[in-house]
Amino acid sequence: MEIGRKLEILADAAKYDASCASSGGTRRDSRSGGLGSTTGSGICHAYTPDGRCISLLKILLTNACQFDCAYCVNRASSNTPRARFTVAEVVELTLGFYRRNAIEGLFLSSGIIRSPDYTMEQMVRVARALREDHGFRGYIHLKTIPDAAPELVADAGRHADRLSINVELPLAASLKRLAPEKDAARIEGAMAALGEGIAAARDAARTARRARPPRFAPAGQSTQMIVGADAADDAAILGTATRLYGTHRLKRVYYSAYSPIPHASTMLPPIAPPLVREHRLYQADWLLRFYGFAADEVLAGGADGMLDLAFDPKTAWALKHRAHFPVDPNRAPREVLLRVPGLGVKSVERILAARRHGPIRAGDLARLGVPIGRALPFLVLPDHRPRALEGAHLRAALLPGTAFAQAAAPAQLSLF
Amino acid sequence: MQVAVVLPGPADFEAWRRTARGLRAAEVPPEQVAWHLAGEGPGLFGGDPPAPARATQFAVPRAFMALAETVIRHNHPERFALLYALLWRVTGDAPTLLDNPAEPLVARARAMASAVRRDAHKMHAFLRFRAVETPDGVRHIAWFEPDHHIERAEAGFFVRRFAQLRWTIVTPRVTLVWDGQTVQAGPGGRKSDLPPEDAMEPLWRAYYVAICNPARLKPGAMRAEMPRKYWRNLPETAEIPRLMAEAPARLRRMAEEAGAAPRHTPQRRPSAHPRANEPPPEA
Repeated sequence: MEIGRKLEILADAAKYDASCASSGGTRRDSRSGGLGSTTGSGICHAYTPDGRCISLLKILLTNACQFDCAYCVNRASSNTPRARFTVAEVVELTLGFYRRNAIEGLFLSSGIIRSPDYTMEQMVRVARALREDHGFRGYIHLKTIPDAAPELVADAGRHADRLSINVELPLAASLKRLAPEKDAARIEGAMAALGEGIAAARDAARTARRARPPRFAPAGQSTQMIVGADAADDAAILGTATRLYGTHRLKRVYYSAYSPIPHASTMLPPIAPPLVREHRLYQADWLLRFYGFAADEVLAGGADGMLDLAFDPKTAWALKHRAHFPVDPNRAPREVLLRVPGLGVKSVERILAARRHGPIRAGDLARLGVPIGRALPFLVLPDHRPRALEGAHLRAALLPGTAFAQAAAPAQLSLF
Repeated sequence: MQVAVVLPGPADFEAWRRTARGLRAAEVPPEQVAWHLAGEGPGLFGGDPPAPARATQFAVPRAFMALAETVIRHNHPERFALLYALLWRVTGDAPTLLDNPAEPLVARARAMASAVRRDAHKMHAFLRFRAVETPDGVRHIAWFEPDHHIERAEAGFFVRRFAQLRWTIVTPRVTLVWDGQTVQAGPGGRKSDLPPEDAMEPLWRAYYVAICNPARLKPGAMRAEMPRKYWRNLPETAEIPRLMAEAPARLRRMAEEAGAAPRHTPQRRPSAHPRANEPPPEA
């Protein structure tokens, strides 16, 4: 099979993994040799019509797989065409695209062939060849096979910037039903081991006296949950995410709206992917990590364990907690400002800086990067008193018609 | 009295700094200075600022220098005057002015700096090289059209990333040539200076098509991050119309195939021949 056809099959097979981040990790460059650099913040080199960025060459080593996970296009019983790259082919594609400045590096995953150890070992061979034979300084993200031997995982962590294991589904019971060969407890055990390895390597690097200790995934670990393939509500999804962030110190949890796949299983309904729900989960995830919200507070904006689809979760929370408002940006502390709809971490910092120089007025807000339409109904300023806060019309008035909302809205296909 | 100054280059920070320093020492207020660029200015009337009758001592906050170094790369013709007005304030009546993001002058300068940073980020992201054989070995050549005067400043990014390659970046105003030791900056070029597509480019376009999920189109989100003005210089964006047009049919096919009979020989681990169901790596 020629390499172009393999690339089509094995990129097509990898696209249901949402992660493409190239951030975090150590800064390095190629002035003393090798190829590539990492800046710490990651670069998106292109965007596809599905709105996702291309930062890494995201491919499977092979899409042949022994497992029969119902949600996966590569499951054993699927009729999808199969292919397998050689180690040299993956290396050649990665370096070739990288030299053209089309990617930040490689995100390599694989179907399970022969055994978890064999599969992991093949993936490690790619990473080792890139690092040791070609001096590759770009980004490498390796998918970790949960049952692979610890030595292989240590090798993977030495060459990779980031490792990840997907929990796949938010509930252990759904995983049992839809992915019979997978086991939630074993997956979490492997995540725990990665978390310990990452923390230990970081501590060792801090306290090292002479020889530098071996690297282990300096950009941390991430995971992915499929949304909409089982009956889990947003409360269950955010509950699992919160637990994983806390227990295993994950860098990111990705939420991937279950999307129709070629040769889909009858166990899953052919529904249009719940893209708005996916978007709201990301926003909620942000509130949990950077805005001081607890999971039950975020969920309080919606009803029956589901987020409000019509509003971002902060606006939804504010609409149900109007007694907390209006907030005075000239007096309120940081954590209160962060709860005002429309105010982000950056605009809050600007407000705190500006008010040291004199009172902030309504006319100053735009210069501080505050979206007036969304924030002003919840603010009180020397020259502005919110009028609609008590009224029943506020919800309708805030319904998003902004450019962002339109850009984020999916072009819904009326197929199903 | 009006003072006309002529700067040698559109983003020559050193020249601007020297000139501004002289004007400030001579206590020439911002409203009396007209800033011009060589070749665009008042010609003969240009020249050095008047020698100060008495040189005033002043200290420039470090934050101002960092901001000014970025803002000077913006393409707005008033950037020199804006920066001098800011300098006048921070070395005069308002030394902490830069700490106040609500101050209109500061907000404008910050917005210009972030436009410059965004342009630089897009150059790092959307510039594509093509490989071409030359008598001296392989050279990587790219064509890019930045909005602002960032070419020289961003050469360092490509040096750090591709130090061991030999590359040329052609832009309308500047051509940067890296020989492994130094970056030579020469006059700008044309898109036709770019070599034809190389062997990797069809593979890259094939990857772009394969990685896009036709079941979840969000073209608005794509355009927000990758505006159309970049499309003409990106090889992969030629695939966008076809991807969009074919998406409904591909989705329809998925719906029809859903629940079709599963593979009659599922890929199970056979006990005797471990490789029986694997495609061989050298297929």
